Amino acid sequence: MPDLSIDFCGIKSPNPFWLASAPPANSAYQIQKAFEQGWGGAVWKTIGAPVLNVCNRYGTIDYKGSKIIGLNNVELISDRPIELNLREMAEVKRNFPHHAVIASIMVESKKEAWQEIIKRTEETGIDGFELNFGCPHGMSERGMGSAMGQVPEYTEMVTEWVMAVATKPVIVKLTPNVTDIVLPARAALKGGASALSLINTINSVMGVDLDTFELQPNVGGKGGHGGYAGPAVKPIALHLLSAVAGDPEILKSRLPISGMGGVETWRDAVEFMLLGATSVQVCTAVMHWGFRIVEDMIEGMSNWMEDKGFETCNDFIGKSLPRVSSFGDFDLGFQSVARINHDKCIQCNLCYIACNDAAHQCIDLKELKITDEAKERLWPVVREEDCVGCDLCSRVCPVDDCITMVEIDTGRPHTTWNELVKAKPEVLEWDKMEAYRKTANIHIH
Amino acid sequence: MAEHYKPNKYKAWELTLEERFQEVYPPFSEREAVLEANRCLYCHDAPCMVACPTSIDIPTFIRKIATGNTKGSARTILESNLMGATCARVCPVDVLCEGDCVLTADHKPIAIGRLQRYATDYASEKGIRFFKAGEPNGKKVAVVGAGPAGLSCAGELAKAGFEVTVYEKKKWSGGLSTYGIVVFREPVEVSLAEVKMIEELGVTFKNNIEIGKDLSFEQLIKEHDAVFLAIGLGNVPEMEVPGEQLTGVLDGLEFVEETKTESLDSIKHGQRICVIGAGNTAIDCATIARRLGAERVTMIYRRSEAEMPAYHFEYEFALKEGVSFMFLTQPVEILSNAKGEVDGLKCIRMDLGKPDASGRRSPVPVPDSEFVVPCDMVIKAIGQNKPTGVLAMLAPFGVEQVKGYLKVDEGNRTSHEKIFAGGDCVRSHGEASTVMAVQDGKIAAASIAKQLLGAAKPLAEAVSKR
Repeated sequence: MPDLSIDFCGIKSPNPFWLASAPPANSAYQIQKAFEQGWGGAVWKTIGAPVLNVCNRYGTIDYKGSKIIGLNNVELISDRPIELNLREMAEVKRNFPHHAVIASIMVESKKEAWQEIIKRTEETGIDGFELNFGCPHGMSERGMGSAMGQVPEYTEMVTEWVMAVATKPVIVKLTPNVTDIVLPARAALKGGASALSLINTINSVMGVDLDTFELQPNVGGKGGHGGYAGPAVKPIALHLLSAVAGDPEILKSRLPISGMGGVETWRDAVEFMLLGATSVQVCTAVMHWGFRIVEDMIEGMSNWMEDKGFETCNDFIGKSLPRVSSFGDFDLGFQSVARINHDKCIQCNLCYIACNDAAHQCIDLKELKITDEAKERLWPVVREEDCVGCDLCSRVCPVDDCITMVEIDTGRPHTTWNELVKAKPEVLEWDKMEAYRKTANIHIH
Repeated sequence: MAEHYKPNKYKAWELTLEERFQEVYPPFSEREAVLEANRCLYCHDAPCMVACPTSIDIPTFIRKIATGNTKGSARTILESNLMGATCARVCPVDVLCEGDCVLTADHKPIAIGRLQRYATDYASEKGIRFFKAGEPNGKKVAVVGAGPAGLSCAGELAKAGFEVTVYEKKKWSGGLSTYGIVVFREPVEVSLAEVKMIEELGVTFKNNIEIGKDLSFEQLIKEHDAVFLAIGLGNVPEMEVPGEQLTGVLDGLEFVEETKTESLDSIKHGQRICVIGAGNTAIDCATIARRLGAERVTMIYRRSEAEMPAYHFEYEFALKEGVSFMFLTQPVEILSNAKGEVDGLKCIRMDLGKPDASGRRSPVPVPDSEFVVPCDMVIKAIGQNKPTGVLAMLAPFGVEQVKGYLKVDEGNRTSHEKIFAGGDCVRSHGEASTVMAVQDGKIAAASIAKQLLGAAKPLAEAVSKR
């Protein structure tokens, strides 16, 4: 049985699955219930400035019958008294000494306010802090949450204030609502943070009702931006995670990262960890299905680790990071073409229409006489010599392993864009580019 | 029927008579319909559409259900097939659209029939009308027979501005949709709503008028620019066995008709019923008899299971309904008691011999194998009489026949220039079905329009696109 336990900058957790700072982590009752069901840690719902909540706090995207592929909320930080939250933190820590209990903090931008709440919270015996610099709604309008995270200088300053008094590890939670997430990440590093977490929710308006013209979520006839989360945001989270985790400065600092944003299954968790997350945090999936999903997350990850021969999480954390690259460093000589397995093809011909209308017109419909049917339907056939290897057809194909992208080598030079423009800067002129293409055996359709 | 057609749990003993005659398959809820619609792959040049005799653009109407454009979905269906609500219920989808769905191998095919019903019912319940009578073009067309072929032709012609009169010998229009489809497959109201839709296009219906009896063909041809014959077929033929004239011996079609036109509790039926034949109407008779409360219903068929003409899903349905089958059995006499009531069916066992003209192995009696099946009612469902009478009346006009059916060309025109025909009365070979009748009506409408107006008219274009 592989060992799922992690050490996150000194915070010990029996497994990498944490509840994110959110409604499922609102109270001792919920967090203890979650721990009993297997969750390794929890980031308590943010405590700090006094707030009032509104009704109709959620908006969702449902897709083709699947509910909540995206969830947005306008709920604020904890609206329960600070004393109650602190008392319950102490209770949970007493009852679950080996689980990770992390306090999420957000107060106004005053040194005294931050330092006071950090000190008060440490007395509960919690394992660490997460600074909420990410909440994009309600709090940001009051100068907190993402309003801080969007200004690297603020991030650095507040982190410094906190680090001056904190004796427990401090995680800085980053907002995705920035143009370059690496800058606030580096600011947190500079401020002395012990770790990073990302992403917080993405600013969003979920929808408009075609009958009432009201926005979703609808607060008494009005609506506005809220924080977007859930499976739909996972690719964005993975990108931001890889950007931060792959940043040379962050890499050098060896700051651990807690990844989140659309984690619903053990598979999602593994992906986040392969891209450098040490722990993963989950909210939307729990809001949809309850705490019980963690049983499969633990088992699924264990089974996968066993299959792959990994004994501990450290064996695979960050394993895909070296593959994170960018366009300028991709191999221009790597070439693939689509191949259709006509034994599997069901002749929906979606590949044909996708290629014809939206790609490079290199799939034909042909008579193949594969079956004994008298009036056989036409089959999609790739004209390989014209296939640019874009991969759209295999993406639209509804049959598993029917269209595969096969690597071929037609003798194109294995060079990258960066190498090419360095060696042949003249290709930045169209006529020279055309000339180069000819020599490099690259045909455009 | 396909596995995903899950009827309501049917426990006859827990249901009232009326409940037993509700539609077998409940309508889709909005959520069910959208979920099912979203399973559709939206194939390019979809095979389901090719399989539909009326070429309904199935992927498009399904996508419209998925996007919440149910009204548009109904329009897409009805543009190709005015009888879309009937076809949604009675089409043998297993052998047509759903049978050709690409999702058959690893998945369930899309429930196209039920989706079509969802969309057409939506439009019907909301009273949405998509079509209106065309600008009058001064041409008069008579349609004989208000079944699916006649209604389809009448509707298409009315859309193109023709003055159409439909003559129907029965009290109600709709033909077999009204009288011949079992009520738990298609309630009468669905068929009558389609008639109403055609009527609202300005088509005149003259019911209780039989051409050749109440009005001569000569007059009809004289008074109209074209005539479309959609007269269907006749009653169930004679079996030519002794005892056939006894009162407990019923015509299967009349039996079905009774359940559609009379109150269910007034229908007299036996407790031990023999149904002769193994076609779809025979199955209908047997299953109706069960649902009416007959204790034992046995279907008697002279060939074997493999040759039975009923659709396989109908056969399975009958088995589920508790109908028993006696294959390779031929009735030779209907027996009666002292009071002249049916009390048994004398049969003889058969063996399959050499293939006959139809390619099926022909049944041969086994000598000395007679036996009696006790019963108190016999229902005959061994096909329908060919339109012999009408053919005789039309022969003087030069209307030709083929194998006892009306002979038509590709455009559904008979050998007489003004007379067109379609539906079961021209189906001299192969199976007949509602959807084919609807297409016959469309083809004839296009031919009539082309003949009377010239090729460039919209209707001709619309139909020739198919």
